[in-house]
Amino acid sequence: MSEYTRFLEGSDRDFPRAQSPAERLHLDVVLLIPVLAIAVVGLFVLFSASDGDWNTVNRQIRNFVVGLGVFLVVAQVRLDTLERWAPALYLAALLLLLMIPFFGVGAKGAQRWLSLGVIRFQPSEIMKIAMPLVVAAWIVRHGLPPRPGATVVALLMIALPAVAIAVQPDLGTAILVAASGAFVVFMAGVSWWQILSGALAALACIWPAWLYLLRDYQKQRILTLFDPEADRLGAGWNIIQSKTAIGSGGWSGKGWLQGTQSHLDFLPESQTDFIIAVLAEEWGLRGVLGLLVLYGLVVARGLWISFTAQTSFGRLLASAITLTFCVYVIVNMGMVAGVLPVVGVPLPFVSFGGTSIVTLLLGFGILTAISTEKRILSK
Amino acid sequence: MLRPLDALRDTRREWMINRSRLIAALLGIALLLTVLVYRYYSLQITQHEDFLTQSDRNRIRVEVIPPTRGQIVDRKGRLLAANKPTFVIGVVRERSENSEALILALTERLSLTDRELTAFRERSERRRPFESVPIKLGLDDTALASIAVDLHAMPGVVVDAQLTRDYPYGQALSHVLGYVGRVSANDLDELDTERYRGTLHTGKVGLEKRYEPLLHGKPGFQHIETNAHGRVLRVLEKEAPEAGKNLRLYLDLDLQREAVAALGDQRGAIVALDPATGGVLAMVSNPSYDANLFVEGISYSDFAQLRGSLDTPLLNRAVQGQYPPGSTVKPLIGLGALERGLVTPDTAIPDPGWYRLPGDDRRYRDWTLRVRGTGHADTVDLHTAIAESCDTYFYDLAHRMGIDTMAEVLQPYGLGQRTGIDTTGEQDGILPNKHWKRTALGEPWYPGETISAGIGQGYMLATPLQLAQAAMMLANKGESFVPSVVHRVGDLTVGGVQRPPQEIDEDDWKAVVAGMVDVVHSPRGTAASIANGMGYQMAGKTGTSQVVSIAQDAVYDEDAISERNRNHGLFIAFAPVENPRIVIAVIAENGGGSGAASPVARRVIDAWLREAGDV
Repeated sequence: MSEYTRFLEGSDRDFPRAQSPAERLHLDVVLLIPVLAIAVVGLFVLFSASDGDWNTVNRQIRNFVVGLGVFLVVAQVRLDTLERWAPALYLAALLLLLMIPFFGVGAKGAQRWLSLGVIRFQPSEIMKIAMPLVVAAWIVRHGLPPRPGATVVALLMIALPAVAIAVQPDLGTAILVAASGAFVVFMAGVSWWQILSGALAALACIWPAWLYLLRDYQKQRILTLFDPEADRLGAGWNIIQSKTAIGSGGWSGKGWLQGTQSHLDFLPESQTDFIIAVLAEEWGLRGVLGLLVLYGLVVARGLWISFTAQTSFGRLLASAITLTFCVYVIVNMGMVAGVLPVVGVPLPFVSFGGTSIVTLLLGFGILTAISTEKRILSK
Repeated sequence: MLRPLDALRDTRREWMINRSRLIAALLGIALLLTVLVYRYYSLQITQHEDFLTQSDRNRIRVEVIPPTRGQIVDRKGRLLAANKPTFVIGVVRERSENSEALILALTERLSLTDRELTAFRERSERRRPFESVPIKLGLDDTALASIAVDLHAMPGVVVDAQLTRDYPYGQALSHVLGYVGRVSANDLDELDTERYRGTLHTGKVGLEKRYEPLLHGKPGFQHIETNAHGRVLRVLEKEAPEAGKNLRLYLDLDLQREAVAALGDQRGAIVALDPATGGVLAMVSNPSYDANLFVEGISYSDFAQLRGSLDTPLLNRAVQGQYPPGSTVKPLIGLGALERGLVTPDTAIPDPGWYRLPGDDRRYRDWTLRVRGTGHADTVDLHTAIAESCDTYFYDLAHRMGIDTMAEVLQPYGLGQRTGIDTTGEQDGILPNKHWKRTALGEPWYPGETISAGIGQGYMLATPLQLAQAAMMLANKGESFVPSVVHRVGDLTVGGVQRPPQEIDEDDWKAVVAGMVDVVHSPRGTAASIANGMGYQMAGKTGTSQVVSIAQDAVYDEDAISERNRNHGLFIAFAPVENPRIVIAVIAENGGGSGAASPVARRVIDAWLREAGDV
């Protein structure tokens, strides 16, 4: 279809116009600025969460540099290239995922890593990118809205890697991967009654999942959500301490570097999954709302890109990436605040860790590609 | 691979689908965001106070700084109960490079026993690596000094000082001061637990117990910030403790030691009072024990030995021992009889050496009957009856007085009731009358019992302190004070509390005291043997009280009966007669007779008057 849009009237009129550096680099400045703002805020919070450890901050900056490099490269890729390579990427990621039980490397009781000599990586992270690509490609190829047959195949494409990741076990990533695929299906216009029956089917799966799929510690985390006091010093500790950190911050917070919960080690995982509690404690509700505004700008821009994308593939992909980003934020902030079970989802661009930053920026690179391709074509 | 025709056909429709779903997604996001924001609002605004408290409670620990216990000094300011610094050597594992080697070195240097090492290892398991774990307790400063140099060379060794109660004069003062011991669960029922958080010792007996609230002081607090692992980071707020009040006693250490020496191995008690204040100048109960044993917890074997001893060293005989006062009550009964007009100083009765109630066969023998086979003289008056301790005279007087009147006469002198002295465990004694016997024993009073009571025998019991108090009232012509060991608490005078005086007629008083002077100074006086070389005038009264009653016609044979059944010897006195500076009561348990008590009193009084410059 891109062959067709290329010859829209007036599409060649602006070609001679001088391009700005951002345009030449295929950058969406409106998307990039709030992302970079979040990154800067995140570095400040991380500096406090790590007790002023420059080493940690420098490593995080390095993560961002690598991530932005990947972002820049991906932003130049043409959408139809992505669409073409999606199945291959998906199959490769799936293969690697399935290899994990046999060749995987463990950490903290979970096998998530594959080691290729020098590089250790998580195939599940590749799947985070591959999933929306392949589902979008599949659905676009079979026409919107998808017929029931195509939907079932799409759901299977989602379920297979999601289950494989969940049993690693890595519930957080499984949810993110499943969500990114499901959002494509949702955006493609699967009818509401199909969504409803799918949701009911998913509910029906909870019981067997509880019995056979979830590990004891995962069940414990979910039970803890309902009654953290039941095991104050054990499973409930994290959530009690994070709620205490958030609540004690109040409206204006205790001040940067002044948080007692984080600096006195009461708050666990304060640099990674629970970093929002550090921000909430030190910067108060003001800070939390400020960060949400920044996230809101990113999401709004992402949805705008989706809204204005010229191809269905672009639209599906852009909205899936944006909505998955929303899931990151909501699940992370929800779990730290004790409304969702603790599933190990980082706070995007704030939590310490290279993997999530690179994967997220890769996704945003695709988003930028969608955004700039549209502009190039439409102008 | 693309199908341009399909795309062409569906582009607009696909765009419409995407747009409606985008709006649905936007609504979904808005909904979830609202829930999320509400949650953070509820945590950070609605429940903010609760969580702020919670986070403070997480990090702030209130630590109690125990107050320094007040010290006890004698009338000249000499320390009788002191706070001695003792040292605890601890190991901070985190700070030592090789904690096992360090412990080996310490074992050698401090000659640690296996028991101490086991205790240390048990403690170590419960402490965190940055906490000091005691390895050697209770070193005094000299012991510490000998190893201090080496300790500085050992990283990871810390020395903590703490104060422990120390009684430098040990046995000599244990009964007066009492002792402190570790705070027990029972103690905490009585004490204010808030004030005793952090306090290790509390008074268990004696002054230490009686003045506990004042000696203890007020604890201070410090708020310290700790991290999640309990490591102390800084002190946020500090309120200094208020030290306990010092006690200054009336007691004179020199006199006390003289009194201890005077009593020697003799079981018994001495109470010496200052007649001007009722202050206790010396108070001895023998045998005694070392109060220091109790401070850190007495060993079971030591305690069993103290407790099981027939000599009852834990009993403070001065206030807890109850003895028949014997003839020491004669001056009081005589004075009462004069005041009530039952006799005059000139009244004389015949003394055959025994007394018989009208219409009764039983003979009540005078002590002279055994010694001389006869009475004191043909006729005896009050003066002679006191000076020579004539029983016959007082048998007759008792009979004429009747038991109830006798009790009325003796009661104002404090017999049969606690004096109210500021120590623990004081006993009432017994001042019998008809009513008492009926309620206590459920029996009627027999006339013969009145006769025994006339010479301080029978049911009548008194503590040495009660006798000293009665002597004080005689010395003061009726003026009386509540006996008190403590003169001042901090700056506040607590001793010298006056009681309403007992009205005593000057002539009657002179008549009785003249008899008491002759107890010592007349050649026929019962304490004449102590008068030799005395540079002042003493008024006294001897007493001998029976431990076992002697059958009607049996003769008391000192050698024939076991030591513990021998008579108690008693002596009360005050001196100088004109201007009394000291009154004393001495009891020599199973001493045989007053001869075991009166020289003790002489020696103590000598020491005191020499001190006062009166001799």
